[in-house]
Amino acid sequence: MIELLQFLGKATRKSFKKLGRATFFLLEIISGIASVIPRPRLLLKQLYSVGVLSFLIIVISGIFVGMVLGLQGYYTLSDFGAEETLGVMVAASLVRELGPVVSALLFAGRAGSALTAEIGLMKATEQLSGMEMMAVDPIKRIISPRFLAGLISMPILSALFSAVGIIGGQLVGSGLLGVDEGAYWSQMQANIDFEGDIVNGILKSLVFGFVASWIALFEGYDAIPTSEGVSRATTRTVVNSAFSILGLDFLLTALMFGDN
Amino acid sequence: MKTLVINDDNSLTKLGVVIQNTPLSLPSTRVNSCMDKSVSLQDSLVSVKNLSFARGDKKIFDDISMEFERGKITAIMGPSGTGKTTMLKLIGGQLFPDHGTIQVDGQNVHCLRKNELYTLRKRMGMLFQSGALLTDMNVYDNVAFPLREHTHLPEPMIRTLVLMKLQAVGLRGASSLMPNELSGGMARRVALARAIALDPMMIMYDEPFTGQDPISKGALVHLIKSLNNTLGLTSIMVSHDVQETAAIADYIYVISSGKIVGQGTPQQIKDSSSEWVQQFMTGAADGPVHFHYPAKDYIDDLLSSGKRY
Repeated sequence: MIELLQFLGKATRKSFKKLGRATFFLLEIISGIASVIPRPRLLLKQLYSVGVLSFLIIVISGIFVGMVLGLQGYYTLSDFGAEETLGVMVAASLVRELGPVVSALLFAGRAGSALTAEIGLMKATEQLSGMEMMAVDPIKRIISPRFLAGLISMPILSALFSAVGIIGGQLVGSGLLGVDEGAYWSQMQANIDFEGDIVNGILKSLVFGFVASWIALFEGYDAIPTSEGVSRATTRTVVNSAFSILGLDFLLTALMFGDN
Repeated sequence: MKTLVINDDNSLTKLGVVIQNTPLSLPSTRVNSCMDKSVSLQDSLVSVKNLSFARGDKKIFDDISMEFERGKITAIMGPSGTGKTTMLKLIGGQLFPDHGTIQVDGQNVHCLRKNELYTLRKRMGMLFQSGALLTDMNVYDNVAFPLREHTHLPEPMIRTLVLMKLQAVGLRGASSLMPNELSGGMARRVALARAIALDPMMIMYDEPFTGQDPISKGALVHLIKSLNNTLGLTSIMVSHDVQETAAIADYIYVISSGKIVGQGTPQQIKDSSSEWVQQFMTGAADGPVHFHYPAKDYIDDLLSSGKRY
């Protein structure tokens, strides 16, 4: 019993220590963003590797998720003779929930793990120490541009996911199952609210991008500089990002759509 | 109050005098206090005083003092795991000592603000054991990196400087290669070109000869010596390669178990009667530095019931 308590105490203390380190790390990242702005090339390079290289997985996944939604939605709605509202169902599901959440999970898996591995390996091969000794702050030069790129990329990727998902739903709904194409689009236009649905979805994706990038960069920077340490850090990035995204999604949904 | 004493012939050769345990008048509770205004010797670029440093329960340095003279190559030697690289990290301000002070060019490294420390580091080059080249840049861009980060020089001038530095290390022809296309020796020479890009006052070498073939070793020995002489650098070299280090060092500190066990010119080190120094210089498997890591009795361990390690 005592051993269990000791174990729990140690684990709690370790978690709080790590949270403290992560918070200070975040403050340093944020203070380093000012130095990224006058050097847009650094940001552009990271926007390419974090954002553009995630484009394909987001588009392909978005199409399939939209097509599945179209199928499932049609089968359910047709029971009530409401298949004309398929567009609303697909768009609302994507814009409010699936777009931000699934794209953030994919982002954490594709870009987040890559960021952790890259930073962790830079640490293991003394590249970060080398920069410090060259009087170059690695937070400003390496971390902040990647963080900013994640923050900018996530809402764009999420919007892209939702857009191709809606097209995928339409392809299945109208193309295969015979839902009227005009009804699909007009019902969607009439019922999807810009502020209530689209803006809230973008806000969600911004929060997810912030958290996923923060976790990925911190895990890399805090990794034990060995191959096993980097491997574990990469795993932690994916797991912790997934938990954080899903937990935050519940919280944000309750805050944003609680009055409806 | 400072106590100036003539330590021994070795120190006399190098510095004339050493300052021991200074300043005696300060409270001993925190020797590395930034209020410590004790001066380093004029000939010393780097001055380590009463340094203690531990990792967890393991003492790495226990109240040691060293002086690194301007314009000379000073080597820190000792068995693996004695904290030689740690010493370089302490001098570079990447680690903080538990006690004691480190002054570089008269500035207490661990009392500087971040921007002051970075200003000082621009004048300190460091060659890492792995080279620490940035893997997403080619050789040219790696050498240009500190110039682009710290100067506003036009690109044609940066090109000229980079090619000059690469020519100095014999790798101008390799400027378009990526780090993964370089051999270990080439990577270290590129890192050396990068370390001298900003014309520093000193360079710290972390195990420059480890894992090198004889030709690369010879090239590095020649480079370190010639760069030190032609650029008027001060070099601090951490190594356990006895022959190469003794060939170019002006002064050698041998450390073991957190203490300085020998110091002097290479010849004085070779002639030293210290058991520690002799074991290190002759490569004896056992001696003051034991072959076996501390453990319980061998027979007891073999006969004890199966505890897994």
